[in-house]
Amino acid sequence: MSPHSEAPLLEVSGLRKSFDLSKPFINRLIERSERQLVRAVDGVDFTIQRGQTLSLVGESGCGKSTVAKLIMGLTRPSGGSIRFEGTELADQSAGKPAPVRRRMQMIFQDPYASLNPRWRVARIIAEPMKSFGTHPDPQARRREVDRLLEFVGLGAADGDKFPHEFSGGQRQRISIARAISTKPEFLVCDEPTSALDVSVQAQILNLMRELQRELGLTYLFISHDLAVVNYISDWIGVMYLGRLVELAPAAQIFANPQHPYTRLLLDTVPDISMVNRDMDRPAGEVPNPITPPPGCHFHPRCAHADARCKAQMPDFIATATGHARCHAVQEGRLSPIAERTALRGVM
Amino acid sequence: MSTSTLSRVWDSDLAWSFRHSKTALISSVLLVVLFGAAIFAPQLATQNPFNIAELELWNSELPPFWVEGGSRDFLLGTDVQARDVYSSILYGLRLSLIVGFASVILAAVIGISLGLLGGFVGGTVDAVIMRFADVLLSFPAILVALLVNGIARGILPPSQHQDAAIYVLILAIGLTNWVQYARTVRGSTMVERGKEYVQAARINGISGPGIMFSHIMPNVMGPVLVIATINLGMAVLTEATLSFLGVGMPATQPSLGTLIRIGNEYLFSGIWWVVIFPSIVLVVLVLSVNLLGDWLRDALNPKLR
Amino acid sequence: MTLLQVENLTVEFPSRRGTLTAIEDVCLTVAPGEILGMVGESGAGKSMTGAAIIGLIEPPGRIARGEIRLEGERIDNLDREAMRRVRGRRIGAIFQDPLTSLNPVLTVGEQLIETIQTHLKLSRSAARERAIDWLRRVGIPAPEKRVDTYPHQYSGGMRQRVVIALALCAEPRLIIADEPTTALDVSVQAQIIALLRKLCKETGASVILVTHDMGVIAETADRVAVMYAGRVIEVGTVADVLRAPRHPYTAGLMASIPRIGEKPDILPQIDGSMPRLNARPDGCAFNPRCPKRMDICTRLRPELTPDAHGDVACHLFSKEPAT
Repeated sequence: MSPHSEAPLLEVSGLRKSFDLSKPFINRLIERSERQLVRAVDGVDFTIQRGQTLSLVGESGCGKSTVAKLIMGLTRPSGGSIRFEGTELADQSAGKPAPVRRRMQMIFQDPYASLNPRWRVARIIAEPMKSFGTHPDPQARRREVDRLLEFVGLGAADGDKFPHEFSGGQRQRISIARAISTKPEFLVCDEPTSALDVSVQAQILNLMRELQRELGLTYLFISHDLAVVNYISDWIGVMYLGRLVELAPAAQIFANPQHPYTRLLLDTVPDISMVNRDMDRPAGEVPNPITPPPGCHFHPRCAHADARCKAQMPDFIATATGHARCHAVQEGRLSPIAERTALRGVM
Repeated sequence: MSTSTLSRVWDSDLAWSFRHSKTALISSVLLVVLFGAAIFAPQLATQNPFNIAELELWNSELPPFWVEGGSRDFLLGTDVQARDVYSSILYGLRLSLIVGFASVILAAVIGISLGLLGGFVGGTVDAVIMRFADVLLSFPAILVALLVNGIARGILPPSQHQDAAIYVLILAIGLTNWVQYARTVRGSTMVERGKEYVQAARINGISGPGIMFSHIMPNVMGPVLVIATINLGMAVLTEATLSFLGVGMPATQPSLGTLIRIGNEYLFSGIWWVVIFPSIVLVVLVLSVNLLGDWLRDALNPKLR
Repeated sequence: MTLLQVENLTVEFPSRRGTLTAIEDVCLTVAPGEILGMVGESGAGKSMTGAAIIGLIEPPGRIARGEIRLEGERIDNLDREAMRRVRGRRIGAIFQDPLTSLNPVLTVGEQLIETIQTHLKLSRSAARERAIDWLRRVGIPAPEKRVDTYPHQYSGGMRQRVVIALALCAEPRLIIADEPTTALDVSVQAQIIALLRKLCKETGASVILVTHDMGVIAETADRVAVMYAGRVIEVGTVADVLRAPRHPYTAGLMASIPRIGEKPDILPQIDGSMPRLNARPDGCAFNPRCPKRMDICTRLRPELTPDAHGDVACHLFSKEPAT
């Protein structure tokens, strides 16, 4: 799945997570209703090499954020394995085992909710160092906080302020400073720029790239914005209703998308290069994840679906560019889409 | 507290809203006067109404000083046992406020702890706590207080009833009022628990109790302050009601409620001052506390600002 | 003939720390049948401008000065009842969250019929026919059946379609659409944009499309107005503004948006962030972040001045640079 021969930093295989949405037992008994399970993540496999960025993209409810939470131990997987440099983490809760978890950190989507409003910035940034014991001496810890604040583009004096005194972009910098305080090697970034304004988004994306270059970080990047993903990623995984439907190098996803859903996403994303493009494409909506369509989940929206797609779940098979979960791709029923690339050539 | 902190407090929205609210200003002035009177009761009183040696029976049933037959030694008159009404009110106010504050603190501690625990842990623990709270809430508060009171009196030997009365009252009122805190704190805790800063703490290996107390608790205390203020008025009233019913403070250690009960017995013999003055103080006290609580609730609610 | 003309519109919020100016001297025109995009960062004043036009500024905010003219008639000084009639009949609104615009206890049909009957003289059965017709036009499958269902029985995208039908069914001349697709998924967003565009072309209604998403503007709008710190700083056709932005802010903003098909080592970025309402600098509000700042920019506020490619408020393009 990757050109590198060395062992991957993170290896996720067969990852599954079901949420129980059933009503309480008594109500079920009275109403004679079944248990309701939502398969938020339904058999996801990928690996990330050290120093690289894998992005997971997809629409709401596709399970990409759940994958992030599973990796960080914020929810327990229903099945599958998560290995960080060989250490199995699927049965471990958040923060444990400390020597491994210290090396994994997370940046969150909402800069207004990810910092405790009652804590001063210095205390927020110092919390991981204190908890993991990387800087046991309070004075050394404070010096490190000052250094981190300057490293992410803020001032040492900002440590004494409260989060509400900062703008969204500055808060995200604080969040990044907290995440890198324990000198992690791996960062999970859950939509880190989607709550930010465009001009600030560029600042944060540049900062993240700079961190990656200087600290050799490995990223798992979660986003719904394909243009952002294009800028930051080496590999891209496209998710649909809990399943990974395509996984390929970033350039390949954009130049030569295999799965029909990937093609749909690329065609529908509003693009500033496409002034007044004709967009009258009936494409349907993501179905309710409680009752996903049988077979390939995408078949009701797919122009290439046939009887097999409706009945049988496709396997995650190797393609010319990477991996895809599609019968049409496997059977060679899909035409390479030359017209897309031509369309995008101008401007 | 440094001057900069002081000026920041002075400049805060809360302080500004306080300075610009007549209700808040007037009620807090009244409360400062009443609290001051309660704290300095021994200095302000003209006699110690609990000291039988100081009572002279020929001074009994004197009207207030401005009424014919009144004496300037007894500003608000005396009762049938020759106790100075003014002094009794000061001491009674003191007892009422002690019971009020102590029971509010007890209720808040119980309510906050259970609310945090239920909201944070969830599941069975939460269900048990909240069902228990529901049951408690389905009885009138005064009935529960009477029940606790009755049980406590049943357990304690009669000789200790008088001395233990104040603790029994605090316990009875405190155990009745914690539900409101628990519900509010539980609700806020469940909201805060899902926020990303809590996830960040979990990722960094902070333990459950650590997250509960150092992260969540500071963020759920705002509404607690409002409840506590309004609850102080409630607690004082409950104490007065219990004492009025005769199951509260004994006549030898009268609180405002006890004074009103005693006075009530003589109202129809024309000795109106014994019941009227403690009643006025009680009404002013409870009204001020409630008005201040209302203001605080509005001031802390960003939607109403 | 312009449909909507906004001149020097200024909205203020009195607060205890002095009066905050949310938008200042905003000038706009909307031609009949035109889709005008309004872009800007959060707090730039784009939603406030939309709210002022439909008379939905929440107190204590108030229009401090300026005029809003709809078909030549002033609507900024109407009383509440008159404004309520303008809203709905002549100006429709579409908001970000479809659930807030729909009444959960009434069926979709009842809400459409009520709106149609309030503004058009039609019998109930004729109004119902028209409601079903509108549902069909916004792409609701089996509208004869769906008309009697409740909003919660619709998916997010379908709900937004209903909101569009509700906004358009009184045949208003102008629609204010405030972030109509932000709450929707990418693939649904495209459908809604296409629908809005198509219906407005059909009915001849104009649209003010408020959004932070440049991509949506590019694909939907005819002209675009860029707002920064409460002012309109650049107006022009979408092609002009997006391809050849002239105000340094617009230029920086356009450059900082990642694009599919390009992968630079570093994204061009504008340092800093938009000033808060109470901390706007003198002169041009963008001057502290501007790479092309001149002396005059810190002293004199540039006014929106028209030229061949649209309007721009920047001293770089002033005809006679003040000394």
